[in-house]
Amino acid sequence: MTDRCPGRDAPHLAVIGAGPAGLAAALAAAARGVRVTLLDAEPEAGGQFYRQPAAALRARRPQALHHQWRTFARLRHGLARHIAAGRVRHAREHHVWFAERAPDGGFTVHALTGPGRGDPAEVRADAVLLATGGHETVLPFPGWTLPGVVTAGGAQAMLKAGLVTSGNTAVVAGTGPLLLPVATGLAAAGVDVRALVESADPGALPRQARALAAQPGKLAEGALYAGQLLRHRVRVLTRHTVVEAHGTERLEAVTVAALDAGGRTRPGTARRIACATLAVGHGMLPHTDLADALGCRLAGPAVHADDEQRTDVPGVWAAGECTGVGGAALSLAEGHIAGRSAAARLLGAPPGPDAWPEAARTRARLRAFSAVLDAVYTPPPGWGERVTDATVVCRCEEVTAGAIRASVRELGAGDVRTVKLLTRAGMGWCQGRMCAPAVAGLAGCAFTPSRRPFARPVPLGVLARAGEDAGGDGGRAEDQGEGDGRAAGAGG
Amino acid sequence: MRTPLELADARPGPAFTVTLDGREIEALPGQTVAAALWSAGITSWRGTRGEDRPRGVFCGIGVCFDCLVTLNDRPNQRACLAPLHPGDAIRTQRGTGHDD
Ligand SMILES: Cc1cc2nc3c(=O)[nH]c(=O)nc-3n(C[C@H](O)[C@@H](O)[C@H](O)COP(=O)(O)OP(=O)(O)OC[C@H]3O[C@@H](n4cnc5c(N)ncnc54)[C@H](O)[C@@H]3O)c2cc1C
Ligand code: FES
Repeated sequence: MTDRCPGRDAPHLAVIGAGPAGLAAALAAAARGVRVTLLDAEPEAGGQFYRQPAAALRARRPQALHHQWRTFARLRHGLARHIAAGRVRHAREHHVWFAERAPDGGFTVHALTGPGRGDPAEVRADAVLLATGGHETVLPFPGWTLPGVVTAGGAQAMLKAGLVTSGNTAVVAGTGPLLLPVATGLAAAGVDVRALVESADPGALPRQARALAAQPGKLAEGALYAGQLLRHRVRVLTRHTVVEAHGTERLEAVTVAALDAGGRTRPGTARRIACATLAVGHGMLPHTDLADALGCRLAGPAVHADDEQRTDVPGVWAAGECTGVGGAALSLAEGHIAGRSAAARLLGAPPGPDAWPEAARTRARLRAFSAVLDAVYTPPPGWGERVTDATVVCRCEEVTAGAIRASVRELGAGDVRTVKLLTRAGMGWCQGRMCAPAVAGLAGCAFTPSRRPFARPVPLGVLARAGEDAGGDGGRAEDQGEGDGRAAGAGG
Repeated sequence: MRTPLELADARPGPAFTVTLDGREIEALPGQTVAAALWSAGITSWRGTRGEDRPRGVFCGIGVCFDCLVTLNDRPNQRACLAPLHPGDAIRTQRGTGHDD
């Protein structure tokens, strides 16, 4: 199709997040005549999967740290072309903390930018497309707060963006498909990866999954990782778990052990592995704060989206891992559909039921595949029992597992909200993003996403001004008495 | 042994000096506070409010707030996000960052 160059009066779409989903969405919408503002907190587009080295590091071979580089090269080229033509504005280093419906029926997206993220920036748009991805969850174990213990994705992010690792030895552990690129990435960067410890048994992937996986992309990807693990001599321990991280001021070693079917560690299998880094992850959770603030319905832990990737709030689309975690390829497909749907509807030509058959087929296939992975890569059985009472669970407020258990056993807390009020677990800087699944698990309650009025901490001055402009009360703020007068927004 | 900089064939401009609690460390253009500290072999730069336990990078992407640091007298900056400039003064942070 030929690109149309939107004039000033062309409809305006704000895409929040420049990862695979947001990039695909922005390109699809811009190519169809919509004016796009693409906002992202990071200085470079790419999101988690295509996280780029800082420009000033002048990496001539960033692709050495990446898979599917050609896809990214295509996206980046497309973005540059649309920017040059005035169809897309890339608002880098814009941390979006809130989005709301404006009195005229459009939307206002509130961001913070500038040094120290102190400068407010507002974007007015006719529609909003959420592509904010997610973050990793880590279930606690004794020693997990020691410096040197990092999230698997965090080790990857530090490597891809900063070209750094912490020390020369590492263990990669937890569960899920993300552990593979993290282990091979660290190994390629010169780190001695002493073990990849996976609590699930990927051999249990049902035959159906193998069939699903027998699509060129996924099969090649799996073979690639397996080959790289072999080449770097990374020992793979499946149905094993990290029982404890050791060290006083920083990580020195981990103890790993085999798991039996009931989730207990097998006697006699514990072994100690010396390492400077433990990169650990137990899956991902979608970012839902902005969707929640806009009044979008959530489905479980994710933003609900229909076949066109529309949320249930008119004018708000959502794509990628904020709508459910399924990998970069799925995010691309969803982003493409969302961008096309948004463009079609903003230009007054609602799409028919079979408007993008190829993208829809890709999406369906990848969702089916990811559902199978989800069934295999579950939290390590018995993790809760291995968390000692003295283990800190809420890293921000330093609330121990013992305190959480006591709030249930002795004080009768029956839901996460009450546990939180009694212990302060989940009420610190990160607003429960790190500990919420663990707190729910230890308290024996179901996990539900916390409600946070703001997606990012906001300086109180900015909040007050935004409230005046909007003529409303700008939301609920609570100064935590910590930091530089920022309202992180109390959940609960 | 291969380093990540070699793997990506990075050719940053010359290193510059910043300080951590007055001690000089080298940083490369483009590195965040956390990346420069890791390169210098430093993994913790904060003591928690309650138990004064050491902390450093955890999530690496600005979500967990474990990596808080005082940068040029501004407390509670996320080291994993904050870019560095020549002459920047990094200070380890204890407690809320306001009482030291
Ligand atoms: C730390 C980390 C590392 C990962 N590394 C890999 C990997 O190496 N290989 C792999 O296969 N998968 C990796 N993943 C999984 C990853 O989630 C991919 O599946 C893929 O990047 C998802 O694409 P997405 O577009 O849905 O979201 P993302 O790629 O997560 O993109 C979301 C974007 O939105 C931005 N954003 C979010 N909230 C805001 C806000 N409030 N304001 C402004 N911007 C915002 C983020 O900065 C980000 O750029 C990683 C995940 C994490 C959390
Ligand atoms: S390491 Fe998590 S916010 Fe910096």
